[in-house]
Amino acid sequence: MRWINILLGLAVAGILGFYGIRELLADPVYFLELFLGGLVRGSIYALIALGYTMVYGIIQLINFAHGEIYMIGAMTALIVASVLGLWGWHSAVIAILAVVFAVVYSCAYGFTVEKIAYKPLRTAPRLSALISAIGMSLFLQNYVMLAQTPEFQPFESLIPDFAFWEPYAHIITSVELAIIITTVVVMILLGMLIKFTKIGKAMRATAQDKIMSSLVGINVNNVISTTFVVGSATAAIGGVLIACHVGQINFFIGFLAGLKAFIAAVLGGIGSVPGAVLGSLVLGISESFFTGYFWSEYEDVFAFTILVIILIFRPSGILGKHETQKV
Amino acid sequence: MLKLTDVHTYYGNIHALKGINIEVSEGEIISLIGANGAGKSTTLMTTSGVVPAKRGTVELNGEDITQMAPDDIVKRGICQVPEGRRIFPYLTVAENLDMGAFLRDDKEGIKEDLDYVYGLFPILANRRNQSGGTLSGGEQQMLAISRALMSRPKVLLLDEPSLGLAPIIIRQIFDIIQKINQEHKTTIFIVEQNANLALKAAHRGYVMENGAITMTDTGENLLENEDVKKAYLGM
Repeated sequence: MRWINILLGLAVAGILGFYGIRELLADPVYFLELFLGGLVRGSIYALIALGYTMVYGIIQLINFAHGEIYMIGAMTALIVASVLGLWGWHSAVIAILAVVFAVVYSCAYGFTVEKIAYKPLRTAPRLSALISAIGMSLFLQNYVMLAQTPEFQPFESLIPDFAFWEPYAHIITSVELAIIITTVVVMILLGMLIKFTKIGKAMRATAQDKIMSSLVGINVNNVISTTFVVGSATAAIGGVLIACHVGQINFFIGFLAGLKAFIAAVLGGIGSVPGAVLGSLVLGISESFFTGYFWSEYEDVFAFTILVIILIFRPSGILGKHETQKV
Repeated sequence: MLKLTDVHTYYGNIHALKGINIEVSEGEIISLIGANGAGKSTTLMTTSGVVPAKRGTVELNGEDITQMAPDDIVKRGICQVPEGRRIFPYLTVAENLDMGAFLRDDKEGIKEDLDYVYGLFPILANRRNQSGGTLSGGEQQMLAISRALMSRPKVLLLDEPSLGLAPIIIRQIFDIIQKINQEHKTTIFIVEQNANLALKAAHRGYVMENGAITMTDTGENLLENEDVKKAYLGM
């Protein structure tokens, strides 16, 4: 069985590699465009997937309302930008304030969702919390639909077309460049937070053993709240960036983006932070190549097929943990 | 210093502690011995606030801590080394020790205590960048005790420190426990199945059966007691 898997994997990799190299030689610029496009997609997925994977790591819950937090980030940015735009403020100030408000609002929502929908179910069977998460997701979607509008709203990019970037803009636009750079910066900051700060270490400790964490004096509830807030903040940044890129948003954008990011998190190994980033990039880039070389209308089918394949052949994901623990 | 009065604890419908009274004075080493499932670990978990008592009170220096959250109890100076040591397996040895000092901000004091525990257990210093899960059982026990010491506890609760360890390591661990008690005047409350060892190290002992305290005396007297000899010392 194991040999068949390896052989199968090698065969698929060989075919893909052969086609990849052929296409690369045939039209290098198109290939590069698709690759960069995939990188942009992957970056956005990564910003959302981090929230999924961190929350899963700490309380073993798939937070299905996470996509909605991302949508609320984009919505808040749209509202703030529209109002400030009417007042005629400078575009750079608008951009900064829109992002700040988006992050603050999303964090507030992420924090509240955890307190209302998950904390009372901390000791309940896992399925209860999962159902609660789906309920929260539906509630937030419909709440935003009622409070705002069901229609798509145009979202004017907060990121200007930089003049110095003009010569390369046909390969990758300023917005796309901004997305990649922002993502890299956010990842580095987050990595440092988790690795070196006290709260980061407390988050890792809590993910490994909640009772022991409380026995060394960690307030586990605060750590869980912090995890939701951090995940919401990165999702909000992702929401604003993608809205700038696509140019329109409505109450429903969080659903598909959330599912895709979830696939990315599972692909990388849910619960693992580097896994979420890797899974997102792999998913984004392979989606981009698939739509570019095969059928663009089957983009979502492709992503879900990947989910099915991982769940069959490697449910723990690329970087999923297998090691046994010593007790 | 630490006083449990008529403590009742339940796990769901199971009545695990049936009204126990234990008093630990400052600077003492107390051992609680008993068979598997007698409620020894539950006593410690109730003291630490992980499984709070339904009835009765737990007091520390006169303050009622019965219903406090575990982290608030640690703040007041009670620190537990739980059964099975519960090392954070994916944190390094140094990070595990950092977590022990989670509630402290005094950088110098932490540094001092870090040097102290590395002095007690030099092997930990050699392994400081290794992840906790890769240590041997004895090393994990040393790390667990060191992690607890990093919080500068007034009362140290130890749950089965000898469990699964080689006799020579057990000897070493108990020597260090007594050393900590003498050097820092730390009050120590040990829960053990290894009655002989635990009673020799202790000033006073309690015997527990089916969730109730059945006997209490000095360590020496309990070692000489015929019932204790028969039931727990295999003599």
